[in-house]
Amino acid sequence: MKDKLMDFDKALELFDPVLGFEVHVELNTRTKMFSASPNPANPEFEDAAPNTLITPLDLGLPGSMPVPNRAAVRSAISLGLALGCEIAESSRFARKNYYYPDLPKNYQISQFDEPIAFDGSVQIELSDGRLIDIPIERAHIEEDAGKLTHVGGSTGRIQGAEYSMVDYNRAGVPLVEIVTRTIVGAGVDAPEYAKAYVATIRDIVRGLGISEAKMERGNLRCDANISLMPKGSTTFGTRTETKNVNSLRSAERAIRYEIQRQAQILADGGTIKQETRHWHEDTGRTSAGRPKSDADDYRYFPEPDMLPLTPARELVEELRAQLPEQPVARRRRLKEEWGFTDLEFQDIANGGLVDTVEQTIAAGATPASARKWWTGELSRVANERGVDASTLVSAEHVAELTKLIDEGTLNDRLAREALAGVIEGEGSPSEVVDKRELAVVSDDGALIAAVDEALAAQPDVLQKIRDGKVQAAGAVIGAVMKAMRGQADAGRVREIVLARASN
Amino acid sequence: MSDITRESVEHLAMLARIALTEEEVTQLTGELSQIVDAIATVSEVAGDDVPATSHPVPLSDVMRDDVPGETLSLEDVFRGAPAHDGERFRVSAILGEEQ
Repeated sequence: MKDKLMDFDKALELFDPVLGFEVHVELNTRTKMFSASPNPANPEFEDAAPNTLITPLDLGLPGSMPVPNRAAVRSAISLGLALGCEIAESSRFARKNYYYPDLPKNYQISQFDEPIAFDGSVQIELSDGRLIDIPIERAHIEEDAGKLTHVGGSTGRIQGAEYSMVDYNRAGVPLVEIVTRTIVGAGVDAPEYAKAYVATIRDIVRGLGISEAKMERGNLRCDANISLMPKGSTTFGTRTETKNVNSLRSAERAIRYEIQRQAQILADGGTIKQETRHWHEDTGRTSAGRPKSDADDYRYFPEPDMLPLTPARELVEELRAQLPEQPVARRRRLKEEWGFTDLEFQDIANGGLVDTVEQTIAAGATPASARKWWTGELSRVANERGVDASTLVSAEHVAELTKLIDEGTLNDRLAREALAGVIEGEGSPSEVVDKRELAVVSDDGALIAAVDEALAAQPDVLQKIRDGKVQAAGAVIGAVMKAMRGQADAGRVREIVLARASN
Repeated sequence: MSDITRESVEHLAMLARIALTEEEVTQLTGELSQIVDAIATVSEVAGDDVPATSHPVPLSDVMRDDVPGETLSLEDVFRGAPAHDGERFRVSAILGEEQ
């Protein structure tokens, strides 16, 4: 059924949106949170066949016992610190009891009243440069659940499903769930808040190196809570929780949709049902999931199979000292250092290429040329192949390529060909230049011979140039470039042609 | 006296996905009440000055290194499964969302 939607601007004239986000981050440790099974959120194991990353604990077999992963706990503490949180002196695990086949233990190990990190704040930047502080309530450690695939039924969707297939590889993957406090005052910027917040969390965990943070793979997942209250009111309305928000773009669109949908219901005198809603990227809508009910009675209690965590203050300070620069501050600094406009920098940031461009510049390229190759030719090839540009070649190779151009060894066309060779694994740019014999010819003997040959074929050109039509030289330059398969130094060819005309 | 009622037993049974007969509800209401009362006795002894204890031995921070260990073969993974297709477990369709 299609929802009635109020015009977005009108909705914001009538109502103030109230937001809250729960972001789940899959950590990229080598093993799972509580078992020694390889972790599919680590690139080393991400392509494992179903149900091959399984230990007895992941299946909830009797007698199996959870033991926390030291590296994952460190990652969680680092993330807590990057979010400006306090790190608990003592933190413990709890069982969240629910019956659903995605976790065979019939409970999820999580944290309840004693999360590892709490009371933080993270700064986001809107596209107009405004900085907003998003209050963080807590960040806690838990385990991911298995993956269900519903089979059968006419639509393939759950309502018509006849049965479900379960892969438990993901069961037990280390998660940190980051929960914001209630966010008020976003107004018309609410959709942009969502996008900027999720992007900032992504940048933070990438900066820390603790998660692959690929939203399309589910490494980073956002649940968006939203409610509306009449303009001027301070009493919160009933909220919905939208799940399946798996890209930055959908974070923005889902919030926009819910504002329009809820505003229309309220304006028509209806009430909002407290429920989970599902975002559908294809149709750009949300649909109702299960209503909040008895099923959410999780009966948390302390996990009896594990001992408390009491992070040493020395460790906390050691991890704090290792924190990278905050994403907003880093981006502003780099944009300034590189001398880019907002638009130029956005190209790099949106392509996820900030780190790569930084490395390329560190390896000797100018900011302008690093940007040109990464957001141009390399992004084009990456798009064609459906991969990240940064996986095609190394930053050092691109820096070497720009050096060859600056030295005059390569022109633009030859550089693209050299790059293609590097992408195909033929070696470094210099090696490809040697193997494919790509270097620009600037040896005068060879160029003069080629120019004279071209002039002989177009005898009227010299007279035209003498008559002041210098652009006639273009035809000769073109002929020489063609004869030398694009490898002639075009500037030098032009000089030779003009010299011949002045004789 | 505890406040375990027939309704709370039926609610818990629903959450645990256990079908109980009327007789079982009656029996469990009585038994659970006794258990809860017994635990309440402990609470009477333990005042606010006694910190909560989850384990008899004062240990904390027992962790393991991030090193992959042995995993189960598919044969062992599915050994106790009522239904599977050799790659995945098969379960009844349950109302919920795709995960």
